[in-house]
Amino acid sequence: MTTFARTTGGDALVALARRAEAVAIPLGALLVGLAVFGLFLLTQGKSPVAFFGYVWQAGFGSAFSWQNTLSRTAPLLFAALCVALPARLGLVVIGGEGAIVLGGVAVGALGVALAGTSPVLALPLMAAAGIAVGAVWIGAVGALRYYRGVNETIASLLMAYIAIALMNHLVEGPLRDPASLNKPSTAPLVDALRVGPLPGMEVHWGLPVGILCCILAWVLIDRTTWGFAARIAGGNVRAAQVQGLPVGRLILGFTALGGSFAGLAGFFEVTAVQGSANASLASGYGYTGILIAFLARHNPLAIIPVAILLAGFEASSGLVQRRMDLPDATVLVLQGFVFIAILLSDTLYGRLKIFTPERWGRG
Amino acid sequence: MAFKPLSRRGFLQGSAALAGLASLGTLPGMARAQALTEMTVGFIYVGPKDDFGYNQAHAEGAAAVKAIPGVTVVEEENVPETVDVQKSMESMINFDGAKLLFPTSFGYFDPHILTLAKTYPDVRFEHAGGMWQADKHPMNVGSYFGYIGMGQYLNGITAGHASKTKKIGFVAAKPIPQVLLNINSFLLGARAVDPAITCQVIFTGEWSMAVKEAEATNALADAGCDVITCHVDGPKVVIETAAGRGCYVCGYHADQSSLAPELYLTGAEWNWAKVYTDMVTAMMSGETIPNFVRGGLAEGFIKMSPLGPAVTEASKAQFEATRDAILLGGFAVIKGPLKDNLGNVIAAEGQSFVETDVALESMNYLVEGVIGSIS
Amino acid sequence: MSDDLGLWAIPIAMIGGAIRVSTPFLFVSLGEVLTERSGRINLGLEGTLVFGAMTGYAVAYLTGSAWTGVLVAALAGSVFGLVHGLICSLPRVNDIAIGIAMMLLGTGLAFYFGKAFIQPVAPDLPSIPLGGWSGLPQVQAALDVNVLFLIGIVLALALAWMFRTTRIGLVIRVVGDSTDAARAMGLRPAVIRTAATAAGGAFAGIGGAYLSLYYPGSWNEGISSGQGLMAVALVIFARWNPVACIWAALLFGGAGALGPALQSVGVSEGYYLFYAAPYVLTLGVLIATSSPTRAMTGAPGELSITK
Repeated sequence: MTTFARTTGGDALVALARRAEAVAIPLGALLVGLAVFGLFLLTQGKSPVAFFGYVWQAGFGSAFSWQNTLSRTAPLLFAALCVALPARLGLVVIGGEGAIVLGGVAVGALGVALAGTSPVLALPLMAAAGIAVGAVWIGAVGALRYYRGVNETIASLLMAYIAIALMNHLVEGPLRDPASLNKPSTAPLVDALRVGPLPGMEVHWGLPVGILCCILAWVLIDRTTWGFAARIAGGNVRAAQVQGLPVGRLILGFTALGGSFAGLAGFFEVTAVQGSANASLASGYGYTGILIAFLARHNPLAIIPVAILLAGFEASSGLVQRRMDLPDATVLVLQGFVFIAILLSDTLYGRLKIFTPERWGRG
Repeated sequence: MAFKPLSRRGFLQGSAALAGLASLGTLPGMARAQALTEMTVGFIYVGPKDDFGYNQAHAEGAAAVKAIPGVTVVEEENVPETVDVQKSMESMINFDGAKLLFPTSFGYFDPHILTLAKTYPDVRFEHAGGMWQADKHPMNVGSYFGYIGMGQYLNGITAGHASKTKKIGFVAAKPIPQVLLNINSFLLGARAVDPAITCQVIFTGEWSMAVKEAEATNALADAGCDVITCHVDGPKVVIETAAGRGCYVCGYHADQSSLAPELYLTGAEWNWAKVYTDMVTAMMSGETIPNFVRGGLAEGFIKMSPLGPAVTEASKAQFEATRDAILLGGFAVIKGPLKDNLGNVIAAEGQSFVETDVALESMNYLVEGVIGSIS
Repeated sequence: MSDDLGLWAIPIAMIGGAIRVSTPFLFVSLGEVLTERSGRINLGLEGTLVFGAMTGYAVAYLTGSAWTGVLVAALAGSVFGLVHGLICSLPRVNDIAIGIAMMLLGTGLAFYFGKAFIQPVAPDLPSIPLGGWSGLPQVQAALDVNVLFLIGIVLALALAWMFRTTRIGLVIRVVGDSTDAARAMGLRPAVIRTAATAAGGAFAGIGGAYLSLYYPGSWNEGISSGQGLMAVALVIFARWNPVACIWAALLFGGAGALGPALQSVGVSEGYYLFYAAPYVLTLGVLIATSSPTRAMTGAPGELSITK
């Protein structure tokens, strides 16, 4: 059959099969993960059918459910990009939470200073502040890696703890609004500097901006020489250096870009949700983002559906607690099973005959 | 109804809280609605509902509401103070038809409850600890709280009698008014026994962080404190660690006497069962719940744990006499002459802030004798 | 007052804090050293630690024996390690990602099954009063040492000896440094790595049991404040050397005691920053001791995180 693959039609078929593989394997793994979780529920004397019915009802079944799911999606998109971009270079950054909270603090503080300014001017400045702080924070992780050889996973984790301490210090100390009595916060943003919901919806502008960022990140990685160079460097740093690729600039650029997305998450949390910077900024979005990025195999486009799926699971947590008398941790268990199943399926790529036309002829 | 409603105007008039009562009749929204036979009530907790503390106290209140005929209670725990809590509230409204919500964490109030209250004007939102203001906040939002500082004052009296080192300790989460009032009351209670007593405070910076709370407790014991209490969400770790070091302990939020039966003196507990059943019953019978509700020992909003075996007769006598005085109303813990621990005068000779004084809810000082600082 | 130590209270508190707080870090980092020396990284030990804390507490409560709790926590931990090891033995599966997934699953299962055990009071692990020679209660309290801490130190020394002189230690090191070399020697890298990960998981489970059964000594959902994750970081800090793990864990624990100790002598401005001391210190040492030009000394060659 070897002649077959060499024809143009064969190439197209192989490409098509590859695409089918990239969709079918994760979907199949998702179903397997859900099935294993269903078995777990059976051992607990609970009905999987009822459970998934509630997940559907609360996460995806109605206009309200979709608003619920999509409202939770926005910060997850940014947080996942903060992991996915450095991952293209083979860097595992797990401290996006730090960039989110410090970005949020910067936005909150600047928003107070710009209270009387026109939102047309002030909002972009505030967004820029969040982006800049996030970029510096995660960019520093990249710099430590490149210039000092400090492991980026550990450095980003340590810096996330430090960032949260700094945030607490700032919102309870120098930046505290004295009127924020029992919930120490920066002064509330004036209404003009609040980012509102999309027209006719409760979902705020962070969602479309987040989706746009995912698309832009995909273009960068998949369609530009920078993205191509990053992929080579991610495969083998030494080979990339031998070929004269600017590894240092790539590392700094991709970590800083990832951090700027996380900073943008902080911008939307402060301007669209909280209305001021306070300890609620550290609510774990950065850590959920790690999960999403790995599930999406660091593909920015895949981040969108994965983030929506996870947000939908979380949106259903309440209804499941109320209707089935299951603990809130049930959704964590569900995510754990699904996540493991999808990662496990990585081993199947290229090994299933149905997706490898070049092997169809062989016995 | 034993509610003690106050308007925000009372705040500006300092201790003239009675003015609030006078203005009650003029509050809008007091019209009687129709009585209900069935109602769904939602409770939302920021942590696990059996934490021996803040959330457990509220969950015990919710459990009491379940016993009211015709009432369905729905609950969610571990809900963060983000868009999550907004969606949890909305889900309870949309899927369960909840008409009354108790989102119990302080951080839920602004912006989350305030945002949703505008969208759902026919749903009642009741919040623990918030400062509802008639000129700023929607009428379908209410805030309630209790004079738990009085409980810490009584804790302090038993601590003052029990302490031999004349140094008592307080593990606190964050330097916010509600916590500062408790710290100050605890020390002033002890000083009512012996004015030489000091109170060491350690802030952990977190509402729930087990290892830090244990380390803070050990640091207090190392510093010579021999009676310890706390204001964190779950006092279990502090109580057990302190008792492990041989210190006497005073409880907070809920009854922790089972954790250290011999060393537990007493504890300042919430009695949300009373507050919640009153509110739900009122709404069921068509009454409108006042928007600003406060109460203390007399109103049954707070209660004290039974005195432990280590409490002496003298201690018991002073505890009971003080409790009876508080029950009469008009009791002031913060009264002149009193300075803060930086030397500023808080209350001049003859000046006093009675328990109902809303000014106490914006406390920003530690009184003289407390070792620690708020920034 | 005779037992008012003034500023001496700070070092004594830090020593006491180091001993009290370090044990979970020590056990998890030793487990991670064993795993990483075989060429795998298990980021999921945080989940294993939390699950160990829950099972240890639950079993201790149900059986009345704290040591049975520790044993079951170790068993549960080894099951988590085994699952991680087996999954990662499949080609093209990313060990870091599986670790994050196991962290989620372990935490989720611990919270799921742990609800019933938040209220009960389980028996505590015993401690040995090594401070009896001192008349100072502070010193006595600081040197009230838990048996698991001592076991952890012995374990660290034993691991160091194992890696240096025993055949099994050599096998683990070879597998960790080069899969090809190991295969050439007739070893089966996947089997050895899986076994090392399972053993590492057992250590992490014990670390969790220490949290729930000794210090702070109760089970609740906030029992771990990231000890499992930080311990993985401390392994790199300790350069994959078990004995260095002791110092890393003690240093980290002692630095964590700085915040409360400073407040207890009256220094409380900016306490959040003091609480960040362990993280700042660790980062500082990492920056000072890393180098962009040479690979990290002691790093196993097959480790995905340092390649």
